[in-house]
Amino acid sequence: MGSRASTLLREEEIEEIKKETGFSHSQITRLYSRFTSLDKGENGTLSREDFQRIPELAINPLGDRIINAFFPEGLDREDQVNFRGFMRTLAHFRPIEDNEKNKDPTASEPLNSRTNKLLFAFRLYDLDRDDKISRDELLQVLRMMVGVNISDEQLGSIADRTIQEADQNGDNSISFNEFIKVLEKVDVEQKMSIRFLH
Amino acid sequence: IVKQLVFSNLTIGYRCDSHLDSCMATLTTVGETSVCPLIPGLIQREGGSMEQEMGELRRYRTQSISRGEFALSDSFYFYRKGLESIVDDQVTQRFSSEELVSWNLLTRTNHNFHYISLRLTIIWGLGVIIRYCVLFPLRITLAIIGLSWLVIGTTLVGFLPKNRVKTWLSELVHLMCYRICARGLSATIQYHNKENKPQKGGICVANHTSPIDIVILANDGCYAMVGQCHGGLMGVIQRSMVRSCPHVWFERSEMRDRHAVTSRLRAHVAAKTNLPILIFPEGTCINNTSVMMFKKGSFEIGGTIYPVAIKYDPRFGDAFWNSAKYNMVSYLLRMMTSWAIVVNVWYLPPMTREEGEDAAQFANRVKSAIAHQGGLLDMAWDGSLKRDKVKEEFKEQQQKMYSSMVVGKKRRKSETFRKDNQDTVILE
Repeated sequence: MGSRASTLLREEEIEEIKKETGFSHSQITRLYSRFTSLDKGENGTLSREDFQRIPELAINPLGDRIINAFFPEGLDREDQVNFRGFMRTLAHFRPIEDNEKNKDPTASEPLNSRTNKLLFAFRLYDLDRDDKISRDELLQVLRMMVGVNISDEQLGSIADRTIQEADQNGDNSISFNEFIKVLEKVDVEQKMSIRFLH
Repeated sequence: IVKQLVFSNLTIGYRCDSHLDSCMATLTTVGETSVCPLIPGLIQREGGSMEQEMGELRRYRTQSISRGEFALSDSFYFYRKGLESIVDDQVTQRFSSEELVSWNLLTRTNHNFHYISLRLTIIWGLGVIIRYCVLFPLRITLAIIGLSWLVIGTTLVGFLPKNRVKTWLSELVHLMCYRICARGLSATIQYHNKENKPQKGGICVANHTSPIDIVILANDGCYAMVGQCHGGLMGVIQRSMVRSCPHVWFERSEMRDRHAVTSRLRAHVAAKTNLPILIFPEGTCINNTSVMMFKKGSFEIGGTIYPVAIKYDPRFGDAFWNSAKYNMVSYLLRMMTSWAIVVNVWYLPPMTREEGEDAAQFANRVKSAIAHQGGLLDMAWDGSLKRDKVKEEFKEQQQKMYSSMVVGKKRRKSETFRKDNQDTVILE
């Protein structure tokens, strides 16, 4: 009787994750069930293949980029993500609650703040982590989203236009601040949040 | 208790995003409250179609969406959809056993073990003793008797010349054996709408949850089975069954040739005195919370289709066969050590292909009818996703839809996608 192997979640871990990510106790246990059901190898970590097994994610044009977001260490094929890492990435999509805005201002910014959500989205464009979205990086993401339906020239001009609009310091790429500026009117709180049920 | 099990479905009425047109799932309602509700999902999916969402995301820009163009925030839509599917997707949960709302004292349904109380553990212990030491030996004996009688009886009947007595005897033998086998699983079956029972020369289709489905259906009527020739014990059973009345067993090589398969089945159906064929168009076992895509091959044979909906009550025993995790023997062992198998079988009115309807559309129509009756989720995803990767076409569809938004209203193709809601674009 009992759980499978030693990968059952301990109370201390749940508390730590709660503090770090802000999810409630029941949400964490349910997400843990989800984590274990995706973990076909039953070794307490998820690999890229485990994510790709989800059909709805596999047909998402930006699916690969999203999977990458869970493996921050690099594009190494052997990477595995444990439950803490899984939760940390998911925490970016937790909705912003009102009472959190009045919390202790000296504490570090929660993972699901507006800035951190935008940083998450920025990093999905900025593959080489040089804090700039170059024209090539933008083109890559565009190509993933439109597939074969738009020609290279047209795509190139779309990318150029986008950079022109956003670029303020003339370096022909989009920095994080410029990114924030362009999107300041977008309702990031709602669009980059998932409504978790308790 | 059996009466109580005439349950139906919840009034959740939640629709998956309509942009994933090739995989729409709708939970329909049939009124009354359910006896065993499904566990609510982890997240609440919001948002409309891709167009709607993109429009909202681009609202801060001065141009309208009809002008096209790209916005950096477009990708947010895909990110959110992707994260939502990581947390809670509709497909992968169908390939593992259904989670129960409350524990039914079987270890196997206890996913997160919490020690609750001594009393519960004692009750559970008693349960184990009863199930393994009392029920299990009885059931195994019955099963052995049932199977051996099947083999002996059908072989004996096979010696008779082909006449009406033989048919009658063969049906008698089959029914008897299946009934014994059903007792061997402690199966309590309730049949509804018996007036719609499949007739000779027809094709019976049902949703597939486990190999036991055959026993469940054959308890109430005789069917011609369709399947691959196996070796070993299964082969012996198959060969003896064929002696008393015609079944359709295929060699492995024949299975690959779709035309050969279809023509053999067609020949069987055409002979009006043959028993109705039993086919499971999903092609694989699904966990009985949804009905996945029906393969259109069975619907190309012609003839009348008799749909049947099978719904197991998960509180007494989990009937789903997770073939990746358990082999047949351990599966049967688990079946025989559950509390009971409680099933509801609904016979639906016969259907035929209408004018102007192709096999795939017909298959979808039948699937919806079965899902609606059985209180299951009607999904357009393919059951073979259990093992195979999803087709690239679906990703390409999404890319196409998005491209039309980038390019602008001039080349609007996305309208057609939204119109066919229920229909799928799956080609196999």
